[in-house]
Amino acid sequence: MSVAERTAETGPAIPHRGGFGRAYAVFKRELAGYFTTPLAYVFIVIFLFLAGIFPFYLGAFFERGQADLKAFFLFHPWLYLFLVPAIAMRLWAEEWRSGTIELLLSLPVPLWAAVVGKYLAAWVFLAIALALTFPMWLTVNYLGHPDNGVILAGYLGSLLMAGAYLAIGACLSAVTRNQVIAFVLTVAVCFLFTVSGLPLVLDFFSGWAPPTLVSAIASFSFLTHFNTIAEGVVDLRDMIFFLSLIVLWLIANCVVITWRKG
Amino acid sequence: MPDATPTTPNPAERPASPAMIEVKGLAKSFGSVPAVDGIGFTVRRGEVLGFLGPNGAGKSTTMKMIAGFLTPSAGTIRVCGVDIADDPIGVREHIGYLPEGAPAYPDMTPREFLDFCADVRGLKGARRRDALDVAIGRAALDPVLDQPIETLSKGFKRRVGFAQAILHDPPVLIMDEPTDGLDPNQKNEARNLIRAMAEDKAILISTHLLEEVGAICSRVVIIDRGRLVADGTPESMLARSRHHNAVRLVLDGADAVAAREALPRIPGVERVEEAASEDGATAFVLLPRDGGMIVADVAEFVRDRNWRLRGLTVERGRLEEVFRALTTHDTAGADAADTAAGGAP
Repeated sequence: MSVAERTAETGPAIPHRGGFGRAYAVFKRELAGYFTTPLAYVFIVIFLFLAGIFPFYLGAFFERGQADLKAFFLFHPWLYLFLVPAIAMRLWAEEWRSGTIELLLSLPVPLWAAVVGKYLAAWVFLAIALALTFPMWLTVNYLGHPDNGVILAGYLGSLLMAGAYLAIGACLSAVTRNQVIAFVLTVAVCFLFTVSGLPLVLDFFSGWAPPTLVSAIASFSFLTHFNTIAEGVVDLRDMIFFLSLIVLWLIANCVVITWRKG
Repeated sequence: MPDATPTTPNPAERPASPAMIEVKGLAKSFGSVPAVDGIGFTVRRGEVLGFLGPNGAGKSTTMKMIAGFLTPSAGTIRVCGVDIADDPIGVREHIGYLPEGAPAYPDMTPREFLDFCADVRGLKGARRRDALDVAIGRAALDPVLDQPIETLSKGFKRRVGFAQAILHDPPVLIMDEPTDGLDPNQKNEARNLIRAMAEDKAILISTHLLEEVGAICSRVVIIDRGRLVADGTPESMLARSRHHNAVRLVLDGADAVAAREALPRIPGVERVEEAASEDGATAFVLLPRDGGMIVADVAEFVRDRNWRLRGLTVERGRLEEVFRALTTHDTAGADAADTAAGGAP
């Protein structure tokens, strides 16, 4: 017997909605939540400050004498490495700590909808922060004639990479009720994903591991995939790499929550 | 008649109110530790079922399973006739749940929080406005609607939880220690609120306040170490007490010596206990054999002897005593069980 039939006898009928409507309710709450606390503003200011200052002081933006944003995108992986975990750490850890997870998961919201709603809200928030770097784009267009297609690709790659960092952070914040632990864990895992293509990691394996394993490890590097996109080469494989990583970590996120509930 | 809804297809088949919560053989283990071990009970519309038990008995775990937060290890839960295993999300639409401690998002205001709940519950238009108005009115949240929840007093936080639970006018309400940590006035408010909603809902509340049971519950379930040890009306629980129908007799001190010797001879009296004496009076508690009515005999006995009577009351029974008898076990056994389960000494 369906719920709808039963409600006629035993209680008020409540319009049945799909998981997407509920995911949207969670998304809306989360996104609004960023802007009711100073968190959003502090984060955006710091992100814009660092994203703006690195290219000039460390990236030799002017000295390169080229009208492009390579020097700008170059630092994004390192910026995200610390800033995205700061956004991700509260996603689930805070729910565990305050006990609201019990409320959230006993509302008629499927687990996946809660996970996706929260994740998308954080991702959209990062997208807003990233979009606010548009003065950089205006600057290069004022100074010269950049290839705006390449710049667009750079933004796309940057957003995808931020999403991948965020998915890792979301999953790991479900592991603990302590935000600091979530942050440290996430930075550590994100760091491994970031540098896995660099000699720092590969040298450790290349001495003894079979070459296929070494190249497999190297292929997980965010840097490699991001740099390709940032060069303006929008390769479907790089997009799929980030998107599938996001999906996998979100599935892991659901699994972690189910397992921790008991 | 709470069950005489016009949509009921065949009222003849349904002499009692419909069963809204049906739990059978419910079990839950965390690792190898059983928290709930084969519990079964039914809550009908119009009933307020009080869930009693010592801390760690499995009250909260059971409620979390019915509310859909935890998945049972075994057993079935049906809410409004729908099996939770068949439609876990649909079942939650029929339930209003107030988790222990009434958690709510601290950064949000009650208005934002209730808006979110209305969104998730799919309430729209006029229905949504009405639902919000009714919930806010019943929980008396008006004065704090736009203050962040984290700045609210405990009483108001609890009311936010209440409002959230009753927002969609659910036929089933589950409340985990709804009055815990409130001051006596707030407790009273909360109980009035629950009583007011009891008529057309099935309500399950857990508590460890025994006075609460008499105040609001129409039925009581006592659980201990994950098992159900008693299920009945508060009166039937009291009837299990040694003090059920006991007579408290206060006599002038001058008659105390004679009374002490003579009272045990009253037919039907099992035992006489002497309570504290004050103001030159002595109080006796006479426990009846098998819970029989002895007050008339006692009164007659006193009158016949011309003792100076200062007071005479009949006790209904002591729930505390029943509770203790059903849930106390020798601690040595419990310690041994802990050690066997791998607990450090």
